[in-house]
Amino acid sequence: MRERELRGPLPLILLAAVLVYAAVLLLAPMAAIVSSAFAGGVGKVINALLLPDVLLAFRMTFLLALGAMLINTLAGTVLAWVLVRHNFPGKRLVDALVDAPFVFSPVIVGYALILMFGREGWFAPTVVQIAFAWPAMLLATVFVSLPFVTREIQPVLAELTLEQENAAYTLGANRWTTFRRVVVPQIWHGLLYGMVLTFARSVGEFGAVAVAGGAIERYTETATIYVFRAMHDRNPIGAYSVSVALGVLSIGILVVMSLLRRRPSHTAAD
Amino acid sequence: MSILLENVTKYYERQAVVKDLSLEIESGEFFVLLGASGSGKSTLLRLIAGLIPLDKGRIWLHGRDVTTLPPQQRNTGFVFQNYSLFQHMTVAQNIEFGLDVRRVSRQARRQRVAELLRLIDLEGYEHRMPSQLSGGQQQRVALARALAYQPEVLLLDEPFGALDARIRVQLRQNLRDIQKRLQITTILVTHDQEEAFELADRIGVIDAGELLEVGEPSALYRRPKNRFTATFLGNANLLRGQRNGSKVYLEQPSEEVTLAAPPNTEHLSGQPVDIFSRPEEVEIALSRHELRGQLIGQAIVQEMTFAGPLEKVCVQLQSDRDRNKSSDLIIQVLLSPDEARTLGLARGKQVWVGLKDYHLLHAAV
Amino acid sequence: MNAIAAPRGPRSGRWGSWGLRLAAFSYLGLFIVVPLVVISVQGFRDGLATFVSSVTKPAALSAIGLTIWTAAVMAVINTIMGTLTAYMLVSYRFPGKALFNMLIDLPFAIPSLVTGVMLVLLYGPQTAIGGFFEKRLGFPIVFAPPGIVLALLFISYPFVIRTVQPVLMQMEANQQEAAHTLGASPWTTFRRVIFPTIRPAIITGGLLSFARAMGEFGSVIVVAGNIPMRSQTAAVYIYGQIESGSTQAASGVSVVLLFLAFTITLSVDFFLRRRDART
Repeated sequence: MRERELRGPLPLILLAAVLVYAAVLLLAPMAAIVSSAFAGGVGKVINALLLPDVLLAFRMTFLLALGAMLINTLAGTVLAWVLVRHNFPGKRLVDALVDAPFVFSPVIVGYALILMFGREGWFAPTVVQIAFAWPAMLLATVFVSLPFVTREIQPVLAELTLEQENAAYTLGANRWTTFRRVVVPQIWHGLLYGMVLTFARSVGEFGAVAVAGGAIERYTETATIYVFRAMHDRNPIGAYSVSVALGVLSIGILVVMSLLRRRPSHTAAD
Repeated sequence: MSILLENVTKYYERQAVVKDLSLEIESGEFFVLLGASGSGKSTLLRLIAGLIPLDKGRIWLHGRDVTTLPPQQRNTGFVFQNYSLFQHMTVAQNIEFGLDVRRVSRQARRQRVAELLRLIDLEGYEHRMPSQLSGGQQQRVALARALAYQPEVLLLDEPFGALDARIRVQLRQNLRDIQKRLQITTILVTHDQEEAFELADRIGVIDAGELLEVGEPSALYRRPKNRFTATFLGNANLLRGQRNGSKVYLEQPSEEVTLAAPPNTEHLSGQPVDIFSRPEEVEIALSRHELRGQLIGQAIVQEMTFAGPLEKVCVQLQSDRDRNKSSDLIIQVLLSPDEARTLGLARGKQVWVGLKDYHLLHAAV
Repeated sequence: MNAIAAPRGPRSGRWGSWGLRLAAFSYLGLFIVVPLVVISVQGFRDGLATFVSSVTKPAALSAIGLTIWTAAVMAVINTIMGTLTAYMLVSYRFPGKALFNMLIDLPFAIPSLVTGVMLVLLYGPQTAIGGFFEKRLGFPIVFAPPGIVLALLFISYPFVIRTVQPVLMQMEANQQEAAHTLGASPWTTFRRVIFPTIRPAIITGGLLSFARAMGEFGSVIVVAGNIPMRSQTAAVYIYGQIESGSTQAASGVSVVLLFLAFTITLSVDFFLRRRDART
């Protein structure tokens, strides 16, 4: 659609409505928390952020996000490949299942993990503790951020016609070489975007890791769980500071996402 | 011989897309597989390339049984309909890909790329991206890419389908020249019979997965063995008749009309046949004795269409049985504008029709 | 999802294909199928009667009901405002548009818990706005349904917009111009040319945001607290039950929530497929 200039009262009113709505809904709360966090000065915020508990929580958040990102990138790519290039009975169902994490309530995810790996669980482990420990939290994080890589790559893979791969095969390249030299260079953009989304989603996760990990201070506490605890412990500065930190991190990720979204368009000559 | 297909069969969802097809192609030959959409021609080409596995039969390329080999190991060059160039690589990188995979040294690759760019007349284009090229240029690059590592066989799947008419003609000539120069065994798949005539040493007509006829273009055009071939390769006039002894007795327009049986049609003796003639072999005259060819009967001019260097005329034969008979008796004629003028042809004019040349086909049931 | 009939690779690649498929399936199986099964089994372990009774406890029913209606209210508002926002974004030039476009993804990036904290901060009873609403109008925002709706609106803000936007952008300008030359006013053009084209995207976006909102936890537990019967959504209820060790109640409501979410997602998929089949 071509863009038009704003002319006449109606478009202006509508635009105003849209912007005011966005401002009230999104910007106002953000402004509120920033001002509250820094109400006592920057020093207080920094001190709050440098507490050992906070640092441990952030460490946990990052490790989980990184782990989930790596796992989901690898497995998600394979999954996308299978969904786009292969045909098998039940493919539609499998495809729909990829969206499942989207509608699962996080608490249910955590709960399922406890049912599976808790002490009386279905797969109660004997050697390594999974539930109420970081493995369950990792599993939870992988679950909630599962669809992103797959869903980002799928359309790109589909667009990248099978013919280019066929061409590579006839030219003598095996599957791995073809994947490496023909497919990846053309999907890396979508792949990267999916990875960033995965990371962002993992950082923001709360319910699933809280339940699965048991939210034990310093051991199974992520940054978000820390904020929750801080709210309950009447530690507003702590809560707000970490929130702002998380917010800044999120916005940083957002900027990266936006930059990636403006992808160079391949003019497909076919 | 270069390519041998033995009883090749391919099923898709329980239907045979390629049915028990056998074919031999000589080394250095330019073979065109001609058929309509859905006839199985593209599938057959892909079976030869190894992009699809076959269900029954065997394929031999240059004496090697490649039936179970993946495309990587068949050493064919494949040109796709929509070029399928690697969008993220330059022209040079595209062309040298096959060499790169075969671990050819960079020096040798560069040389070969230069050679090929000269061959396809795109010198200086090494560093362009596919998106910067026109369709015709992309297709040429695709061809160069397929030829870079000197494959034994060149396969082209409707390579000019996506291009303008004028570019198509140009590229066709280029392809012919290149093929003649390199003497590489080539199979081209198309539905365009003009293209087939221009390029082929031999044409194979394929329909519904079956190879109906194989032969040189002029032979297939003039003396097709098969009704499908006859109608597919150009306009065909078909009249029903019966061959007996040394004569052919027409059923229409009049059972009194007989023609001499053409040579080499003894096998059709005693059977219903279609008398087949091309529009350009039909003769029109104003009186009976002006006809030099074999007389068919009288007709009324139905329609005249200007077609550039020729005049297309449709006449309806008058049946002696039923003056108002159906359009089965419409004959298409191709005349030079001069002839049409001399005869003073116009709609409704009554003329005499004869055949200068004709052939017999086994009648369709 | 457009399912391309994928041509099979050459015979020798068969084993590789199955290896890939195995990997993909076990990944999905481990992470999605197994948890689903586990929860469902747990829910019905002690029999159907127990399941029903655990789900129909007053607190549970109230939680489920609250979840549904707040999500529904949110979905309606979000659909309208989201469509409008998408339309304005695609159709008009205005200063700061690129920045605004970027901001839309904000709720995707911000942790939901932080959203809850922000809302409490802005609309809590101790604040100017919150205090005003609570004391003067008797209409508390935080720790009450309005707060829940606000939180859900924040979380779901990008959904409808990002679903409708691409469809609008892909629409040919010609269609709109054609309508104009034929005499249709902008409103008529919208109603009869644009809207029908984007309607499926609108519905999809709306339904997906609805399904997502039903499971929302992080923001809701902060904004609404944990007050049974008043501001406790299903997710929060489940959390409470887990914390207090009543696994039966937790799994029962979990099953209900999952069932609702899946039904909606599947109907969206079904609806989309039917539309694709018709075009």
